[in-house]
Amino acid sequence: MRDTKQPKNDDSKSLAGRLVFLAVAMFGFGFLLVPIYDAFCEITGLGGKTNSIAATEVATEVEQDREINLEFVTTVNQYAPWEFHSQVKEMTVHPGGMYEAIFIARNLTDEVKIAQAVPSVAPQIAAKHFRKLECFCFTSQEFAPGEEKEMPVRFIVDSDLPDYIDTITLSYTFFDTARITDNSAVEHGTSHVTR
Amino acid sequence: MSATVADTHAEHEHHGPVAGWRRWLYATNHKDIGTMYLILSLIMFFVGGVMALIIRTELFSPGLQFVNPAFFNQMTTMHALIMVFGAVMPAFVGLANWMVPLMIGAPDMALPRMNNWSFWILPVAFAMLASTLFMPGGAPASGWTMYPPLVLQTGDAFPFLIFSVHLLGISSIMGAINIIVTIVNMRAPDMSLLKMPMFVWTWLITAYLLLAVMPVLAGAVTMLLTDQFFGTSFFLAAGGGDPVMFQHIFWFFGHPEVYIMILPAFGVVSEIIPTFSRKPLFGHDSMVYAASSIAFLSFIVWAHHMFTTGMPLTGQLFFMFATMLIAVPTGVKVFNWTATMWRGAMSFETPMLFALAFLFLFTIGGFSGLMLAIVPADIQYHDSYFVVAHFHYVLVPGSVFAVMAAVYYWMPKWTGHYYDERMGKLHFWLSTIFVNVTFFPMHFLGLAGMPRRIPDYSTQFADFNSIASIGAIGFGLSQLLFAYNVIQCVRKKGSTATDAVWDQPQGLEWTVPSPAPYHTFETPPTSSVKTTFS
Ligand SMILES: [Cu+2]
Repeated sequence: MRDTKQPKNDDSKSLAGRLVFLAVAMFGFGFLLVPIYDAFCEITGLGGKTNSIAATEVATEVEQDREINLEFVTTVNQYAPWEFHSQVKEMTVHPGGMYEAIFIARNLTDEVKIAQAVPSVAPQIAAKHFRKLECFCFTSQEFAPGEEKEMPVRFIVDSDLPDYIDTITLSYTFFDTARITDNSAVEHGTSHVTR
Repeated sequence: MSATVADTHAEHEHHGPVAGWRRWLYATNHKDIGTMYLILSLIMFFVGGVMALIIRTELFSPGLQFVNPAFFNQMTTMHALIMVFGAVMPAFVGLANWMVPLMIGAPDMALPRMNNWSFWILPVAFAMLASTLFMPGGAPASGWTMYPPLVLQTGDAFPFLIFSVHLLGISSIMGAINIIVTIVNMRAPDMSLLKMPMFVWTWLITAYLLLAVMPVLAGAVTMLLTDQFFGTSFFLAAGGGDPVMFQHIFWFFGHPEVYIMILPAFGVVSEIIPTFSRKPLFGHDSMVYAASSIAFLSFIVWAHHMFTTGMPLTGQLFFMFATMLIAVPTGVKVFNWTATMWRGAMSFETPMLFALAFLFLFTIGGFSGLMLAIVPADIQYHDSYFVVAHFHYVLVPGSVFAVMAAVYYWMPKWTGHYYDERMGKLHFWLSTIFVNVTFFPMHFLGLAGMPRRIPDYSTQFADFNSIASIGAIGFGLSQLLFAYNVIQCVRKKGSTATDAVWDQPQGLEWTVPSPAPYHTFETPPTSSVKTTFS
């Protein structure tokens, strides 16, 4: 009996080894899903994430006869001690034209605070057609105690925007960066930080 | 490892097990380890059951009566974690430990030392998880899905939650490796892959699923841990991460996980129905292909849990149709079980009754799953009691009933004594009636708009909630009968079982004496395929 089993035990060891490798590889795959997810969102424009660095201005024709209703939504993360709103609730834009919207934030504490605004666009498919030339969300913003700031975003809605979209919602959430420890900027995908 | 196998055998060849606690703590015998898994599972079933009863007591009538909302949320979370990782999964691993070597004619599991580790990690993990109930901030209360950012608000329990999930994952992975190696390397000489019994087949597939997805869950919770303590922003929007990504990773694990909990149940039912129909399983090979297709499809449907998170139409369509496609191989299985019974000489002992209830009630759960797969309907049903009804139908009269069927079916082989058939049937009927009283009204509650995971609700939901709570208490009490039946059988109170136990059952496990001796198949069986049905 032991004779017949001996080769099987060697088989068992090598098979077990390969299966352990499979498990370790799948653990790695779990982390690989992160860049895959980011790349997928970036390529397809899904997830409602807009460009994280200034888009270059391309001279396009302004479609005067097409009107897009642009709505602004502002949210303050529950841990962030800010007052944050947009100057206007909505505006009408023409694809191809350049516009500016003003957002106003006030530090409600008597400490210096650093804020990071995170934008998101709905419907998601509109995100890649919403091109920001300048945005307060590109970098984090420092606020003196009680300071109020007017912060602009300059943007173009490009004319490739699908025909069926007539309303775009631009949302900003205001975070207190103290909640994210400093090394986050360095550690996990620097490309993320200023989105 | 190879030396261990030989040593243990040399040591015990002519003796039984060592006496005392050493037998259990240092156990390497597959039967001992299987027994420990099953006992742990039974204990966890009652612990999780008490939590379920706390939930149902609170929900008996509208308003807040017995517990505060925070504790209620801890109960829903812990109930799920304990039932999934503590009751259902260890029960099937325990059955695999006991039965896979017996069914393939192997002397033991291939890696007995690792087997010992994979069991003993579990009590440690559950002690750690249970200890969170007494920590500042209480136990995890974010739901077993652990979605950020909510889960990051867990109190001191958070790292313990993560580490216990890690331990549970490691245990499952080691168990899976052991099962695969045993099945691949230690079958009786003439047992080809396609001749393997269905329970062995479904476990082989399940073990691969475990290997593929438990590490992904471990990765996901590790990311939660580093987000909380090491400054990463995998799921923190402020740092550029995305909380929705957690849901993608979690459900990449989560959907195969539901098949990890149901495929071995399919295997059990595929063993029991032929025995009590006195016919071979109809379409054995198609069952294998169906189970494999289900396993494959389980990897490409995860986003059906996320239809309301915002997804482009093409994504919704893909995940909807892929999900519905799973109904095809599942339908093949249900058809084959039914066809097995067709013109069979059927008898209705307790295991068969549980298997039949499984067939009917699991199918109801499958149908409500199909309804949830329909995107426009899901947007309505999402996070409602309809979802609760759906997954409890597939898990309680699905997985849990299959475990009970398996225990009644194989227990005479384990103990050498029959359970009390009248008590078994009583347990069956009470369980089946109360499981429906508990969960069927939840469909109506969900369709009427009652959200899940809430301790209080508006008054129009009161009647159905009272009915469900009465059913839950009845179901819980009926399970004391199950414990009683098992204990009586272990105490050898029933009549002595024959070696075959049932009327000409197929399979190698019935060729060894009852109770199965401590060591079986030390020489491989000469003929692995018994064909007593004609
Ligand atoms: Cu699913």
